Amino acid sequence: MDVSALDEASLAGSAVNIGEIMQAIAEHKGCGTSGGSGKASCGSQAGQGELPTEIWEKVKNHPCYSEEAHHHYARMHVAVAPACNIQCNYCNRKYDCANESRPGVVSEKLTPEQAAKKVLAVASTIPQMTVLGIAGPGDPLANPKKTFMTFELVARAAPDIKLCLSTNGLMLPDHVDTIARFKIDHVTITINMVDPAIGAKIYPWIFYNHKRYTGLEAAKILNDRQLQGLEMLTERGILCKINSVMIPGINDQHLVEVNKAVKSRGAFLHNIMPLISAPEHGTVFGLNGQRGPTAQELKALQDVCKGEMNMMRHCRQCRADAVGLLGEDRSAEFTTEKVMAMDVKYDLEMRKAYQAKVEEERVAKVAAEQEELAELASEMSGIKLLVAVATKGSGLINEHFGHAKEFQVYELSTTGAKLVGHRRVDHYCRGGYGEEESLATIIHAINDCHAVFVAKIGGCPKSNLLKAGIEPVDQYAHEFIEKSAIAWFKSYLERVQSGEIQYVDRSEAAIRQSALISAA
Amino acid sequence: MPFKIIASQCTSCSACEQECPNVAISEKGGTFVIDPKKCTECIGHFEEPQCVAVCPVDNTCVIDTSLPRY
Repeated sequence: MDVSALDEASLAGSAVNIGEIMQAIAEHKGCGTSGGSGKASCGSQAGQGELPTEIWEKVKNHPCYSEEAHHHYARMHVAVAPACNIQCNYCNRKYDCANESRPGVVSEKLTPEQAAKKVLAVASTIPQMTVLGIAGPGDPLANPKKTFMTFELVARAAPDIKLCLSTNGLMLPDHVDTIARFKIDHVTITINMVDPAIGAKIYPWIFYNHKRYTGLEAAKILNDRQLQGLEMLTERGILCKINSVMIPGINDQHLVEVNKAVKSRGAFLHNIMPLISAPEHGTVFGLNGQRGPTAQELKALQDVCKGEMNMMRHCRQCRADAVGLLGEDRSAEFTTEKVMAMDVKYDLEMRKAYQAKVEEERVAKVAAEQEELAELASEMSGIKLLVAVATKGSGLINEHFGHAKEFQVYELSTTGAKLVGHRRVDHYCRGGYGEEESLATIIHAINDCHAVFVAKIGGCPKSNLLKAGIEPVDQYAHEFIEKSAIAWFKSYLERVQSGEIQYVDRSEAAIRQSALISAA
Repeated sequence: MPFKIIASQCTSCSACEQECPNVAISEKGGTFVIDPKKCTECIGHFEEPQCVAVCPVDNTCVIDTSLPRY
């Protein structure tokens, strides 16, 4: 892969767009300009925070609705819903690849019965798996029989598992009562526009009431149905997450309006995701050269929208058959062939005991962070910077640099450490093959970071990172992320004050668009 | 002339199966096929053939000109 070409393409014009986004902020007074600290991320990083208890109970162990929970709890999707009723320019239903991680992609379809068996198999193997979602590969509500049959079977066999679904919203108003009856507490609606003129550039057609609609008419019907569905869900107290795909030049500035529209209708969380677009995906956008946003453009837009709305920053845009923690994919362990051969015993008590231990770990993590933060209270500095973290879960710095498939990105300031995103990379360590090239790719991916926190790192990548201006930090191996990041930030500020080092702005980083080379 | 599905283009998404008013569509060998004896081109049911309208791949559900018209 030609990394430099990719970067040049994705970086082109970024400065212009940031300016335009900032203009949009100024025009949109309700969002982001209201002052105060705003809500950095979903739920609360330090536990319940301001959330009412009844909502906290719903999100506290849902990895997608709580940033803090996603370090500890896993989710799974079952691919029981292959049919779709709309066409999106960023989706190609033909594409299937075991090494590719993006929505709409699966390796095998399941019947509701197979899906239920798979859920029990995963729940027994991964006791911290708390959420079952149906997200496709088509639209769950374009396959209502299969979707609700799956939920019914799972609810009967494993009543402790939270049910969740993700839809384009076209058929949502027709199914809201069924969703409420099945106690599906979390629904995600993908809303990319509230203006049909913009919608017409994203959706070539929809299939509704036995008819194919195109152009403005299609986009208008879709948007009316999405917003109506959202209102109906929030009236019933069902938590709604809105996913929006950020498509530079098409809906990037407009997503500020979308944010306002969904916030006013009671959405709980807004997840603005970067467009994934490459010619090899065979999508309309991939083929016509539509680029995705850079990491900086994405963060700028998310920051604009945060205001009083919870923003999701830890989404991994996972496949419709993903299994595991958000940053990992263990679906290969649970193919239909393997699941059908498993002797599954669903042990609710074992799951409860395991999750109680997870809760203890979580409390310890938050306490450690608070303690470290208190030390920082006396510091006065306007410095805000990003650091990358190699982790394989539990909120610990516990991954080797060379084994990391992704880096979590935290923003550090005197107010603390908050997760603002993640960067996918290939393994650096692949037995000596192509290491120089993959190290360059990693540096591109975390080029906006001042430091990278790892459990361990070799001498060669260490010196290359230093050359690129990124400090490799391995002194906090196997310690909590936030606590360590705050401690490092404190020493960083001291080094700046003493004149030992100088604070410099970092440059732009690239969001990975192509398929992962190595299997998850 | 009933409709047929070009197997090499079928994504096997099953969208057509549930829309067909004649229950003429079923899965066979990994993709979907239309039973020409049951297909009515949706005449009398809907304004447009449902399999064509819902299929995500253009020119995949097409008229089978080798067979007589419904």
